Amino acid sequence: MAETPLAARPPYSEPRQQHDAAMMGMYLFLGSEIMLFGGIFAVAAVIRILHPADIVESSRALHYLIGALNTGVLLTSSFFVASAVEATKGGRRRAGATWLAAAAVAGLVFLVVKGYEYGAEYREGLLPLPGADTQFRTAPQHLFMNLYVLATGLHAIHLLIGIVLLSVLAPCLAFGKVRLPDRGILIIAAALYWHLVDVIWVFIYPVFYLAR
Amino acid sequence: MTDTALPQPESSNFQNEGLSETGTERVSYLRAGHSLSSWLLTTDHKRIAILYLIAVTFFFFIGGTAAALIRLDLLTPQGDLLTNEGYNRAFTIHGVIMVWFFLIPSIPNTFGNFLIPLMIGAKDLAFPKLNLASWYIFMAGGLFTLFVLIAGGVDTGWTFYTPLSSMFAHGSVVLAAVAVFIAGFSSILTGLNFIVTIHKLRCPGMTWRRLPLFVWSIYATSIILVLATPVLAITLVLIAAERLFGLGIFDPALGGDPLLYQHLFWFYSHPAVYIMVLPALGVASELVAAAARKPIFGYQFVAGSSIAIAIIGFLVWGHHMFVAGQSMYASAVFSFLSLAVAVPSGIKVYNWTATLYKGHISLDPPFLFAMSFIGLFTVGGLTGLILAMLAIDVHVHDTYFVVAHFHYIMVGGTVSAFFGALNYWWPKMIGRTYSLVWGRLSAILIFLGFNLTFFPQFLLGYLGMPRRYHVYPPEFQLLHVFSTVGAGLLGVAYVMPFAYLYYSMRYGTPAGFNPWGATGLEWTVPSPPPKHNFETIPVVDSLPYQYDVELEEDHG
Repeated sequence: MAETPLAARPPYSEPRQQHDAAMMGMYLFLGSEIMLFGGIFAVAAVIRILHPADIVESSRALHYLIGALNTGVLLTSSFFVASAVEATKGGRRRAGATWLAAAAVAGLVFLVVKGYEYGAEYREGLLPLPGADTQFRTAPQHLFMNLYVLATGLHAIHLLIGIVLLSVLAPCLAFGKVRLPDRGILIIAAALYWHLVDVIWVFIYPVFYLAR
Repeated sequence: MTDTALPQPESSNFQNEGLSETGTERVSYLRAGHSLSSWLLTTDHKRIAILYLIAVTFFFFIGGTAAALIRLDLLTPQGDLLTNEGYNRAFTIHGVIMVWFFLIPSIPNTFGNFLIPLMIGAKDLAFPKLNLASWYIFMAGGLFTLFVLIAGGVDTGWTFYTPLSSMFAHGSVVLAAVAVFIAGFSSILTGLNFIVTIHKLRCPGMTWRRLPLFVWSIYATSIILVLATPVLAITLVLIAAERLFGLGIFDPALGGDPLLYQHLFWFYSHPAVYIMVLPALGVASELVAAAARKPIFGYQFVAGSSIAIAIIGFLVWGHHMFVAGQSMYASAVFSFLSLAVAVPSGIKVYNWTATLYKGHISLDPPFLFAMSFIGLFTVGGLTGLILAMLAIDVHVHDTYFVVAHFHYIMVGGTVSAFFGALNYWWPKMIGRTYSLVWGRLSAILIFLGFNLTFFPQFLLGYLGMPRRYHVYPPEFQLLHVFSTVGAGLLGVAYVMPFAYLYYSMRYGTPAGFNPWGATGLEWTVPSPPPKHNFETIPVVDSLPYQYDVELEEDHG
């Protein structure tokens, strides 16, 4: 079911050029996202150097098995997204949409598990939210948990954006709103974003949970 | 100015009350749609450039008004005009508006937008809709900032230093941080758009070695925009989290480190200085080559030095923190790297000078602005070297010496280049020439007014007048009065270009394709350019700046 490719839109002269430009734009955007999270990782490195013993102790208090489960969920979702891209490239709309939907569901599972984890930490007095009754043995542990909330929260917001993106794209792909192959770039770019959010988690997990 | 084959206004239009329109203008981008929505929903890079020009001019005068308040308050040693709080708020408005809503977007977003597709032979930027979106994001951020700064008031200065900003400051720090955060997205999207455009949309034959130097400098700027701005974004998020949710990251009571905030902030904000000045350096290269009517001397070095400045610029942020308590070994490294930035900057200045040597120079307004830029940038750069020396910095840190230094770079450099660019490309953008006499006069007055305003501040700083104070010992008053008088002159001189350029829109003579006789693809299309820039995509077969050299007679 190959559809006829349309001519490139201005300012481009050929579809290939347009595709390359879109890919380059996406990679640059992802580069700027890496710099955004880079700030968080820089702070994590600094407070660890300032207070090594306290940070190790705080890290031990986190539920690393729940984090491991979530890491597995996200990696699986990345596989779903990669499959969606392959299906889209082959012009298989229904399969592509199904894979996208599966990835979005996996993303939701991640958020539900994360919410459960936050709940457990809240009850244990580990989550420094406003109004929470927290018990920290030392001040740097409080500092570490502040950063933990910010890092995982910022990641969750990115994931939420990804879920919305895939949920919108999946029906568009299924019902032919996305012209293939020339607008398949939408699926590819969304997939790249999803992978990046996944990769950021792959760094957050060891830095916070396994830094013991 | 060469005046060969100027398209004359059509005689049928002379009876009209309004503009006498030339045939070129009738098919230009300016006349492609007259409704408000044809401007506000345009994806034409040239129209978006005009939107940015209007916006940054507006913010420039807002920031300038705050500067006028500051200077008037400093006329007397007691600070009679403003309260302490009011003074702090005034310099915060001045800093925030001028840095994020004038200096950073000024040259890239107006002239970069307008010129990059024209210079590289493209029909538009790579992502035209994104370009429009970034204007809206910019406006949203800018107007929100203005509202917060005036209605709420922020007294932290543009640097939002912790723990002042996170624990002690009154006013709407969080809202101001949100507003700057929003504007940052506009920066990132614009930078991204420029990089992709320069990579993917060059016309056949436009190789990297044939790119105009302005494009090189915007390319270097865009790299900084994309890589540094997100770090500012996360830093502002951390401040907002501390104020809103008590999630202290820099809070010393929790073992956090306020110095870490400064590291993160300057990791963005020092490269941001180069975001502000690199486009100005690119403008100067264009203006110098056009005025000297010679190929630019050492093209590869001028182009490469832009990239070198962008790279080294990422490694010098610690020179803002020499007396903040960072390790002296770190300071020594930062000091060395800061001195190293002088090398590519010096290459540019020397190469411009060499380009001018025996050039056939025309004393047009753009050239006068370029000369003013080079002179002021050199003074600013040399005093930058003084400040990069550890021992001297301890003496003059946080004094007016620093204020004078960065105003020589930012205002003397970037604003001069902005006006130079405006005067040089105005006939291209609008299609009309303006009064050269008024242009020269305003260039000279801006130069004089600037020096009268800021040179006394070097002396003040050297004598020990600290920054951010509005009550000072009476012996400093004379120099402050000089500075305020200079600011008044500068204010008048800044209004002049807008007056004569506005006048030229209505009464200027049609400019023709190439009023300055300059090289470059932007001068091969009509002024103002048609909606899609080029009838057919051009093919480039030679190096840039191929002027026919007209050497002066060699007497003796």
